[in-house]
Amino acid sequence: MTQTPSIPRRAVSGCLALVALFAFAGCKKSEAAAEAKPASSATVQAAVAEPVTLQGSGASFPAPVYSRWFREFSGKNPEIRVNYQSTGSGAGIKAFLANQTDFGASDAAMTDDELKQAQGNVILLPVTAGHIVLAYNLEGVKDLKLSREAYAGIFLGDVKKWNDPKIAKANPGVKLPNQDITPVNRSDGSGTTFVFTQHLSAISEKWKSGPGTGKSVNFPAKNAVGGAKNDGATALIQRTAGSLGYIEYVFAATSNQPTALLENKAGKFIAPELKAATQSLAGIELPPDMRAWAPDPAGEEAYPIVTYTWILAKKKYDDKSKADAVKRLLKWCLSDGQNLSESLHYIPLPSAVASTVSKAVDSIE
Amino acid sequence: MANPAPSRSGNTPDLSGAFRSRIARPPSKWQRGSDIAFRWVAHAFGAGVVLLLLAVVIEVMRHASSAIGAYGLSFLTGSVWDANRSTFGVLPHIVGTLYTSLIALVIGGFLGITVALVLSQGFLHRRWELVMKNVIELLAAIPSVVYGLWGIFVMIPVLRAQVASLSKQFGNFPLFSTSLNGPGILPAGAVLAIMILPTVTAISREAMAAVPPRLAAAAYGLGATRWEVIFKVTLPTAAGGIFGALVLGLGRAFGETMALAMLVGNSNSFGWSLFSPGNTLAALLANHFPEAGAIEVSALMYAAAVLLSITLVLNVIGSLIMQRATSGLRGLK
Repeated sequence: MTQTPSIPRRAVSGCLALVALFAFAGCKKSEAAAEAKPASSATVQAAVAEPVTLQGSGASFPAPVYSRWFREFSGKNPEIRVNYQSTGSGAGIKAFLANQTDFGASDAAMTDDELKQAQGNVILLPVTAGHIVLAYNLEGVKDLKLSREAYAGIFLGDVKKWNDPKIAKANPGVKLPNQDITPVNRSDGSGTTFVFTQHLSAISEKWKSGPGTGKSVNFPAKNAVGGAKNDGATALIQRTAGSLGYIEYVFAATSNQPTALLENKAGKFIAPELKAATQSLAGIELPPDMRAWAPDPAGEEAYPIVTYTWILAKKKYDDKSKADAVKRLLKWCLSDGQNLSESLHYIPLPSAVASTVSKAVDSIE
Repeated sequence: MANPAPSRSGNTPDLSGAFRSRIARPPSKWQRGSDIAFRWVAHAFGAGVVLLLLAVVIEVMRHASSAIGAYGLSFLTGSVWDANRSTFGVLPHIVGTLYTSLIALVIGGFLGITVALVLSQGFLHRRWELVMKNVIELLAAIPSVVYGLWGIFVMIPVLRAQVASLSKQFGNFPLFSTSLNGPGILPAGAVLAIMILPTVTAISREAMAAVPPRLAAAAYGLGATRWEVIFKVTLPTAAGGIFGALVLGLGRAFGETMALAMLVGNSNSFGWSLFSPGNTLAALLANHFPEAGAIEVSALMYAAAVLLSITLVLNVIGSLIMQRATSGLRGLK
C-alpha cells in the first residue's frame, strides 16, 4: 500500500523535470538567436566591436533636440549609446568638471573660472542655437510690438500698465487695457536668464548698472513672479492675466502662446520666426575658443535675442574608443543632425559655423 | 497544572513550591537575554533619531559657516537675494514663510477642527464617519507637485474671479491693496491649508475621541445641551491634543516646498497684500540649489539653518503653551 502512490508521484516529477528542461533549452535557443542578429550586423557596420556608452548631462533648453539626435544616431550606430540627462547648465558643467560625464552641455558656455578648473582639457562646441521670445497673456491683443525702451522698462518695473505710452506708441490702433503688467521670470538659475539679461544689459544702461547679467539676477519689478524651468514659466504666463515673460521659442511655439515683435538694433520690429533668428546668427563671428555671444545683433531683419548652446567635450580622452565615439557623434550632429533642428524649432547652424566647429571636433584625441 | 498546594504550617507561607511552578519561575537565560537585547535596540533607535537630526544640523551648519561668517545677522534683515552681486538676505522669505503658514493654519485649522468634531461626536452614522475619515487621510497621499499644478490651473483662476471686487472696493485696506493676477500669498496659503488638513483632522479627532464618555454623560445628566457639551466639556478637555495637532500642522506648513514654489510667485519682495507675490524659505532653497555656485550654496545652507531654528522655536513655544493650557485639566485623566 505504501509503495503504490510513490510510483505515479515519481513519474509526475520526472515529467515535470523533462518539461522544465525543454522549456529551458527552448529559451536558450531563442535567446541565442536573438543575440546573434545584431551582433553580426554591427560587425559589418563598424570596426568597433565593443559597444560604447557615452554619458552626458547639462542644459535643458536643447534637451529636446539632443535626445532626438542621440536617438537617431544610436539607431544608425547601435554600438554607440548616448545617455543624456537634462539637469541644467550649471549642474552639467559641475558634473563634467568632476569627471562624472563624458560630455557636458551649457547654454552659457563656461566662465573663465570654470575653464581654469578644466585645466585646458575642454573644448567648447556650439552645436545648435535658439532664440528667446517674450510671450504675453493679454486678451484680444495680437502681434504686440514692443520697443526696446518698453520691454526693458517692463522688466525694470518702470513700465507698469499695459496702456503705458511707451507701449502704445509702437502699437497704433491697438486697444491696450488699463491693466497691470506682471513680468514673469525664471525662479531657478538658468542659461535662458543669462542670455536674456545679457541682452537687457546691452540695450539698457539702467539694467546694466542694476540687476546686471547672470544665470539668476535680482529682478527689480516689485510684482514680478517666477516659475521654475521653461515649462514652469510658460505655465505662469498662460495662467496670469496681463503677464509678459521670457521663454525659449520652442515653449511658446508648442504652447501657442502669443509672442511679441521686438525692436532690433536697426529699429525694426521683428517677429520671432526661425528665419529672423538665423539672420542674427549670421552676424556672430566665432573666436578660437568658440565662446561667442550676440547680445544685440546687427542686421536689418535680425531678431534681437539669440544664443548658441554648447557641448563641452574633452580635448583628450583617456579611452581611445570613447574619443572616437564622441567624434563620430558630434560629426553626425553637425551634418545630418542639423536637418532635424528646424522641425524641432531650433536654429540650424550657418554652414560656415558648422564647418569651423567640425574642424574643432577633428582635434579631439 | 500539578501545582503543589502551599503549606500553611508556620507564620510565613512557604512559597518555594510557587517558584517551581511553570507559571511563576525566575526568567530563563533566553528571556533575560532577549529582554536586554530589546532594551538595547530600543535605546539605539531612540538615540539614532536624535543623532540623525544632530548630523543634519551639523552638516547644514558646516556648509553654512562661511556665509554666517561673511553676512552675519545682516542676512536676516537684508531683503535682496542677488547671486550675481553676492548679496544675500532672507527677510522677505522669513516673513513669507510665516505669512503663508499663518493663513494655512487659520483656514486649515478651523476646517480641520470642525471636520474632526463632525467625525467624532456622533453626528454621522459610524460607517460614514469611517468613509469621511479615510477620504481626508487620502489627502495626505497626494503628491505636492499635484497640489501645485492643481493650484495653478484650478485654484488661482477661481480665486482670481472671487477676489477681483475685493481689491477694487477695499483697495485702501493693506491686505487687499493689490490685485490678484496669478500666483501669490493667498493661493499659496489656501492650498497649504488643504495640505495640512489631514494632519490637523486626524490628530484632533483622536483627541476628541479620547475624551472619557462619562464626562459628556455627566454633563448631559446635569441638563446640558449637545452644543454646551461640545463647547464646554469636549473641546476644553481635548484642547491639549487639538493644540498639538495645530503645532504639527504648522510644522508641515513651514517645510512644504514644491507646491509653494509653484504657487507663491517666487518674488523676493514682500507686501502685506494677500494678493501680492512673495517667497518662502523652502521655495527659495528648491529654486536656487541646482544651479548655485559655492557662495550661494553656503548662503542657502544658512537659509536652511534659519528655517530649522524657526521651526524649533515654534515647536518649543507650542509645547509650552500646551502645557499651560492643559495643566488645569490634568486631574480629569
